[in-house]
Amino acid sequence: MLFLARRTQAGFALTALAFGLAAAAPLRAQGRNPYAGDARIAKIGESQYRANCAFCHGLGARGGGRGPDLTRTPKKHGDTDAEIFNTINNGVPGTAMPPNGATQQGVGMTEEEVWQVITYIRSVERKPVPVRGNAAHGRELFFGSAACSTCHMFRGQGGRLGPDLTAAGSARSASYLVESLRDPSRRLAQGISEAMKEFSEEYQTVNVVTAEGTKLRGTLLNEDSFTIQFLDTREQLHSLDKAALKSLEVSRESLMPAYDEKMLPAEDLQDLLAFLANQGGAR
Amino acid sequence: MRPSTRGSQLSSFSARFPRRGRLPLAAFLLLAVAFHPATTCGQVTADRLLNAAKEPQNWLTYSGDYTGRRYSALDQIQTANAAKLVPQWAYQTMAEGKFETTPLVVDGVLYATGQDDRAFALDARTGRPIWQYQRALPADIRPCCGRVNRGVAILGDKVFLGTLDSHLIALDSKTGNVVWDVTAVDYSKGYSFTLAPLAIKNLVLVGVSGGEYGIRGFIDAYDAATGERRWRFYTIPAPGEPGNSTWEADSWRIGGSPAWITGTYDPETNTTFWTTGNPAPSNRGEGRAGDNLYSNSLLALDPDTGKLKWYFQFTRHDEHDYDATQVPVMADIDSQKLILQANRNGYFYVLDRTDGRLLHADAYAKVSWSREKDSSGLPVTAQDGSPTLQGNPVCPGAAGATNWMSPTYDPQTKLFYVTAREQCDVFSTAPQPYEAGHAYYGSAYFPNDEAQPFYGALRALDPATGKVKWQWRHPSPTWSGVLSTAGGLVFTGDAEGNFIALDAATGKALWHFQCGASVYSSPMTYAVNGKQYIAVAAGSVLFAFALP
Repeated sequence: MLFLARRTQAGFALTALAFGLAAAAPLRAQGRNPYAGDARIAKIGESQYRANCAFCHGLGARGGGRGPDLTRTPKKHGDTDAEIFNTINNGVPGTAMPPNGATQQGVGMTEEEVWQVITYIRSVERKPVPVRGNAAHGRELFFGSAACSTCHMFRGQGGRLGPDLTAAGSARSASYLVESLRDPSRRLAQGISEAMKEFSEEYQTVNVVTAEGTKLRGTLLNEDSFTIQFLDTREQLHSLDKAALKSLEVSRESLMPAYDEKMLPAEDLQDLLAFLANQGGAR
Repeated sequence: MRPSTRGSQLSSFSARFPRRGRLPLAAFLLLAVAFHPATTCGQVTADRLLNAAKEPQNWLTYSGDYTGRRYSALDQIQTANAAKLVPQWAYQTMAEGKFETTPLVVDGVLYATGQDDRAFALDARTGRPIWQYQRALPADIRPCCGRVNRGVAILGDKVFLGTLDSHLIALDSKTGNVVWDVTAVDYSKGYSFTLAPLAIKNLVLVGVSGGEYGIRGFIDAYDAATGERRWRFYTIPAPGEPGNSTWEADSWRIGGSPAWITGTYDPETNTTFWTTGNPAPSNRGEGRAGDNLYSNSLLALDPDTGKLKWYFQFTRHDEHDYDATQVPVMADIDSQKLILQANRNGYFYVLDRTDGRLLHADAYAKVSWSREKDSSGLPVTAQDGSPTLQGNPVCPGAAGATNWMSPTYDPQTKLFYVTAREQCDVFSTAPQPYEAGHAYYGSAYFPNDEAQPFYGALRALDPATGKVKWQWRHPSPTWSGVLSTAGGLVFTGDAEGNFIALDAATGKALWHFQCGASVYSSPMTYAVNGKQYIAVAAGSVLFAFALP
């Protein structure tokens, strides 16, 4: 029967998210995991994980299109058992992480099942490997010769056409970031604020010719059957009626150029990753 | 047919008069009962239900009438003027979660349900509440897929509500007071009710939800007057009954097969048609070898006894959650008595409803789980479609090529309109032991990043050929049902929040309204004082539209 509410409105407010808070309220983090280190429970937890978490975090917990790699440690939103329990049960407001049971996709998990999942995640965690590279040089590249900041924001500085990369280093695996740089059209960057949609806003490229003949190009913010909202390459906002346009094309070919070896040698790439990984030297 | 003006006064009185004015009002009502024909007194007799199509100003059952075609003879709103539609009123449940209701309207009073088992009666002309009810639900219910309800049934002076904790409740239609309350089954095992019940004769029929838990599905009939259960049909046969051998070992005990969408009724043959959902675990066939009857089936039952007349199974031994829980629409076309069903598995089935014989089945969306048909024309499951540990991409995805949202059949265009969801998923196993009341899916699934297409569409299907006559494409798959009217219109909603009127003949959009939230419901229409309204739920709001 699973009638999933995955893609809801291509809008901004997801009222259904809040619904789960009430449903999830009886479950509270109670200190330590009663199953810590139990390999048999970890196996059961893997099934729970696959049914409830893998949709975003991927099989094996190594990260999916939207969810971060959970084999990494420490976890961004708290690394104690109690904190991870809280993250699963109550979600992370402002991100795609919904409260347990709030997606209206399935049944949700009992307290016991949440601990099983935590036991599984612990069993696949790997020791943190520091990202090698020169973060300071990475910063120079980002705001300088690599021109990332033309389109990407980092801590409030930069452009708006592409996704804000402040949290990218902690939310995305290195391989995801490398792929996004080398082959940006292969998988368009997925937004992180829309838990209920199976494919979130993806920075598709918009080409429009208005009724007056004005040609506009930019990245998609939102659309429905009748209207389209986008940011043009001059960062001007447009919200237009589709019926009034001379032509409209929404393409999955990214506006971002592919940063090949010539544009960004391997060493520079590594420096950029180092810059993103420690959030510009914050930690 | 023009909407009747009869029978609209009572609701306006109820809404206008303060509570302390009820005594004189009651006296007036008595007089009204004595001197007016039955249709104006608010009593919905079994006879009126049988002839629901003859009073199109009212909407007396979940799908409008017993045929399930969700078509109205009202034609005040039509292709020529639909562009002028404007909101008349909005009612807010002030609740969160999916709002899936289809209201009923009887003589100017609208009855509907909301999230968390709310029920309410409104003046259908103004949207002003007459009464509101909310079930005090136990804290430990864990219904799948949202705390939803799709509507009430009405018979006599009672409306009937199936609850998330598996009760059937009769409410007084004038006050919302509980008349009786019966427990159908233990909710803690994963059972719940989410559908609108169906009243036939003196009985109220309900089917149970819970395909995610390893329940044993059933359809029940209760005496409308007393709440006493008259019969139960288990959708999974017990040992010794025909069909039990289609289950491996004891798997029948926890084999799912819920019946969570409202059925239809053919008085000519005294047959009620119900559909069933997935076998459990939903996406893992291991341990339940066999066809798994009567999962994913159409059941023809005797409404008086619950006795099975015949069945038709759409998807055998399902491993992709292809519930058959779409309203089984009755249509009479060229002297053929048919059931039309666009199934969640992506095929549009046309059946002879006198015996369940398949006439033809044609794909109406992208399908990869089946590549061939057997000698009877039935699509058969491909051997390589099972979920695997690493994941196996299959179309349609787990949410299906359509789902519970209602389709419509328009006798004017002779077309069947269905919400199609073009989407595939990667199905992966996630073995779970059975534990009562706990999720029992046996699998996981993911959107297929590489898989195209990903969009929704309203499709007009020709039952004669199975072909798509036209489509209206949505940016993404939607959960809205469809209504057709004699005004030459079809109405549907989208995931982007638009409620849309289209030309039933061509699929051209004539009007739309941005509701501000995705439409998770099937629209309906009614008339009060000669004015036609279209109602639809979206977000936590019930909207009514009409011409200015």
